Amino acid sequence: MGGREATMVLMDENGKRCDGRTVDEPRRIMIKAGGLKNADGSSYIEFGDNKILVGVFGPRDVHPKHMSNTDTGILRVRYHMEPFSVGERKNPAPSRREIEISKVIKEALEPAVMLEKFPRTAVDVFIEVLQADGGTRCAALTAASVALADAGIPMRDMVAAIAAGKVADTVILDVNNEEDQAGQADMPIGYMPNLEKITLLQLDGVLTPEEYKKCIQVGVDGCKLVYELQKKALNDKYFGNKGD
Amino acid sequence: MADKRKYVIPGDVITTGPFRPEQNVILDGNKIISTTIGISEIYDDSVRVIPLTGKYIPKINDLVIGKVNSHTSLSWELDINSCYVGFLPAQDVFGRDFSAHADELSTKLRTGDLVAARIANFDRTRDPLVTIADRDLGKIDSGDLMQISPSKVPRLIGKKGSMIQMIEEATDAAVTIGQNGWVVVSCESPEGLLKAKKAIQMVNEQAHVANLTDQVKEMLDKKGES
Repeated sequence: MGGREATMVLMDENGKRCDGRTVDEPRRIMIKAGGLKNADGSSYIEFGDNKILVGVFGPRDVHPKHMSNTDTGILRVRYHMEPFSVGERKNPAPSRREIEISKVIKEALEPAVMLEKFPRTAVDVFIEVLQADGGTRCAALTAASVALADAGIPMRDMVAAIAAGKVADTVILDVNNEEDQAGQADMPIGYMPNLEKITLLQLDGVLTPEEYKKCIQVGVDGCKLVYELQKKALNDKYFGNKGD
Repeated sequence: MADKRKYVIPGDVITTGPFRPEQNVILDGNKIISTTIGISEIYDDSVRVIPLTGKYIPKINDLVIGKVNSHTSLSWELDINSCYVGFLPAQDVFGRDFSAHADELSTKLRTGDLVAARIANFDRTRDPLVTIADRDLGKIDSGDLMQISPSKVPRLIGKKGSMIQMIEEATDAAVTIGQNGWVVVSCESPEGLLKAKKAIQMVNEQAHVANLTDQVKEMLDKKGES
């Protein structure tokens, strides 16, 4: 796939994208906090056709012991895709891609989570992708942040994430699977809305400096939309929608 | 006096200005930011957030209920429902003339026993040291263990102990509340025991509800008539 032929399909003459969205319109997003009884914190997110479940444990004892750090707690993240999450069966063993995404999400959460309060402990985040449709790392990061808050782990801010990108020479928000495969660029962004700091920034593709700046702007604005939904999910669970 | 109570989630700016950050808040520039889900309270010069979720973090002088996990020849290890294990030295139980050869620790406390203990010392470099050498502390011989969320313990105690006093008076039960969320209820009559447990469960589930004390009272009274 890829190349110029596909871009014709990705955006029509009215500026509508392949799934009927406008350029700065995200997919339908639903976030729910809680849901797993045995986890200390959990969340479920539907991000377009992505369906992801996150469970958080901790702070708890570190096993194996040698991984523990006497100065601070540690964060461990496992991103895993179910065999049935994609069209063709995915081998359930962790792939190169899953190991990378686990690391990327871990590093995107670390600036927010105040691990230094719990030396010699670990916080474990388990992310299970039940159904994948492009942009799972952003959806997973968004859900992981809600699950961490649900577990009561102290955080400087929530982390909201969404991808910006470029198809048919136009900067767009929330890249879906088709746009990711055939588009010109894909840029996932993780953002702490109150501290106004970016914690995740990747880029696959080629952008001019102007397009790059535009992508960041569009992405950050998108993250603020996602943040409102995270807020709503937590308010619904803890305050029965009475939160401001 | 506390005013301007607000529901907050991590990252929410509670207020700006010259306030002292207390529990569960951080200072960023002149903004005071919540670090957890909870209810914010602004006092004259300080701000804090009462958490609605989270694990128990030991604090010096807290009364906790611990369960004996294991022991060495010098100390017991207690599960105190936290990310750290409680450490109970043998001298505490046997006295100053404790001898590791002569005294066998399992004669006093066995694995699985419950103890009421106080956190004697805790800092970030080592596990919490607990003591049972005080009045009202020591092995718990009878009663039912209940587990509630540690963040809801203050609600169960109530203002100056109002909630727990009410439950105890209405049911004739004796309730020992550990700050770690473990609660031991004992009562002569099985009915009182059931009622007290139900009331505690109710507080645990509806901790965020306003005038909960009245609702619990209503529940206790109603059951008494039937």
